[in-house]
Amino acid sequence: MAVSLRSAALVGNPNAGKSALFNALTGARQKIANYPGVTVERKAGRLVLPGGEAIELTDLPGSYGLHATSPDEEVTRKVIMGEFPGEPAPQVLVIVLDASNLEQHLVFAQEVIALGRPCVIALNMVDLAERDGLTIDPAALQEALGVPVIATVAVRRRGLTELAAAIAAAEERAAEHHRPHTTLTERRVTAHAIAEAAIVSETARHRLHAKLDRLFLHPWAGPLILFALLFVVFQAVFTWATPFADALEGGIGWLTAQVRALMPESLLRDLITDGVLSGVGAVVVFLPQIVILFFFILAMEASGYMARAAFLMDRMMAGVGLSGRSFIPLLSSFACAIPGIMATRSITDPKDRLTTILIAPLMTCSARLPVYAVIIAAFIPNRSVLGPVGLQGLVLLGLYVFGIIAAMVVALVLRRSVTKGAASGFIMELPKYQMPHPKDLLIGLWQRAWIFLRRAGTIIFMVTVVLWLLLNFPRAAPGEDQVDASIAGHLANGLAVVVEPIGFNRDIALSLIPAMAAREVAVSSLATSYAVSAGDDEAAQAQQLGDRLKASWSLPTALAFLAWFVFAPQCMSTIAVTRRETNGWRWPIFMLIYLFALAYVFAGLTYWTAVWLGLG
Amino acid sequence: MTIDHLPIGMSARIVAVDWARLVPEEAQRLQALGIDLGAKVSVAHRGVFSGRDPIALSVGRMAVALRRAHAEAIEVEWL
Repeated sequence: MAVSLRSAALVGNPNAGKSALFNALTGARQKIANYPGVTVERKAGRLVLPGGEAIELTDLPGSYGLHATSPDEEVTRKVIMGEFPGEPAPQVLVIVLDASNLEQHLVFAQEVIALGRPCVIALNMVDLAERDGLTIDPAALQEALGVPVIATVAVRRRGLTELAAAIAAAEERAAEHHRPHTTLTERRVTAHAIAEAAIVSETARHRLHAKLDRLFLHPWAGPLILFALLFVVFQAVFTWATPFADALEGGIGWLTAQVRALMPESLLRDLITDGVLSGVGAVVVFLPQIVILFFFILAMEASGYMARAAFLMDRMMAGVGLSGRSFIPLLSSFACAIPGIMATRSITDPKDRLTTILIAPLMTCSARLPVYAVIIAAFIPNRSVLGPVGLQGLVLLGLYVFGIIAAMVVALVLRRSVTKGAASGFIMELPKYQMPHPKDLLIGLWQRAWIFLRRAGTIIFMVTVVLWLLLNFPRAAPGEDQVDASIAGHLANGLAVVVEPIGFNRDIALSLIPAMAAREVAVSSLATSYAVSAGDDEAAQAQQLGDRLKASWSLPTALAFLAWFVFAPQCMSTIAVTRRETNGWRWPIFMLIYLFALAYVFAGLTYWTAVWLGLG
Repeated sequence: MTIDHLPIGMSARIVAVDWARLVPEEAQRLQALGIDLGAKVSVAHRGVFSGRDPIALSVGRMAVALRRAHAEAIEVEWL
């Protein structure tokens, strides 16, 4: 008996159903973190063996072989070989095979088995294989490979106990000699022979996924279906989320009122209510939108449709040096750049991924809508351009299109300069269609929501506290305005000189400072600096603010402000998530600088053109 | 004939691949997906809005998407 068993890892090709198997084996309590130094996700959980002892099970990134072609595969290779610093090699390797694609998956499996380490094979998704008319004999496979083979169906919890028992037993056969090294071609020939022998019967059945592909990848119907689906997703993100967002906002309001009622008036009370609760609250209200958006993204991923969407959009994205994989992250950024940037993890090419992260903030996120709405309502006449098409709606659409065009141009420029590299190809497996399993969706949703909330509780919390301090210190003398006396007020004076050439006044400069916590805060801080007393009625507040703005801003100033917000560089949460996803300050700082530069130049161009046209 | 000229649904065997035309990682990825000398393939789908890019190949029990630029490096013969 050797040392006691402490760790095991799942390895296998992408699309082998590893994640579903991992969820089924470990349950919802998983630890998600990055491997140190890289942005590859490390997923670990607790697996209880039949004997009652618990071991750590990790879900290694999907890999086609031990010759790494992506950062994901590099991590898998290093962990398996025990070469990853600070990450002891897993004691047992659980090789996950897709039973319906046995021949392909056996190629990598042979490579892992040849390492001579204790391993067990999970012959997964045998139900899907049966759906395709395939019957496989696990005993024959076990005979051919020389390691235990357990048939599993992760989503139905079939074979899990047997697999756990096999993992516990695998440790006994640790002392195995090294097998001779083979070439890829040799492994492929062997894989073919083993698969032939293990497949008991194969009826020619029209495979479901070929039929679905004929519809979803149809040259004309395919894109139409995709756009119809996206339309539903966006409707859902904006309409379903509203009641939940309202409830959250109500909850935060109630909490604020409770703090006001229970605590004596003091600076500390103001810090809690005006700083923390309103600042963190402004970000947390986006949680329902993020959860709904990720529900659709995860469902599209789990069903296999996501790869088809990437296929359909690849031609368009190739035009700016990206691939179809960038499409969904960029689309998500229309709701909020944070989930968008988080979704770039599915992009395998590091340069592609970085470019996508850098242009994600140019997609008009929902936090910019309140700003656009107030300014457009105040300055753009509500008249019809053509039939039901109104000028206001047209301007709003124009701002969205402006953002998209800017993103495409920036991507083109970046791909030829800072993120230059081998032309990112687009080679991807189109996985089989599957019904997403509710439990897997729930675990995924919970993980995304938790990442978002944890950040709201840490970095966004800190930023709002700092902003509040800047706005409240030093204290104003009696009769003096607090904002004017504060550090932020003085900063605004300095900033006003800088933004004056592009038509911004000091009030705008001041509103840009708190808008760093969340873009839409610009509206409420403009409202504060114009001393609008409209109570809690938001519509009335927007209306009155509009009237005030109209009285004190010229049209060129308003247009320049809109142009500024197309780039809206001042979202701290986006910067924070970029730091996390790129593992350092270099790229978030680059992003901040390029967005500020573009915002300044385009706001200026808008202002000068408008003045020149005599609009002011 | 290179694979991008193969009509949809027709089976062919890969007889030569101009690996030098591909980035090493891409060449390795294609091989890992079973697109290699001797493999039996067919074109399942091609292009969106009747364009010629990208291409979905059937190889074994898999469907693999790639671009025309890759397909042009893969020489096939009719089966």
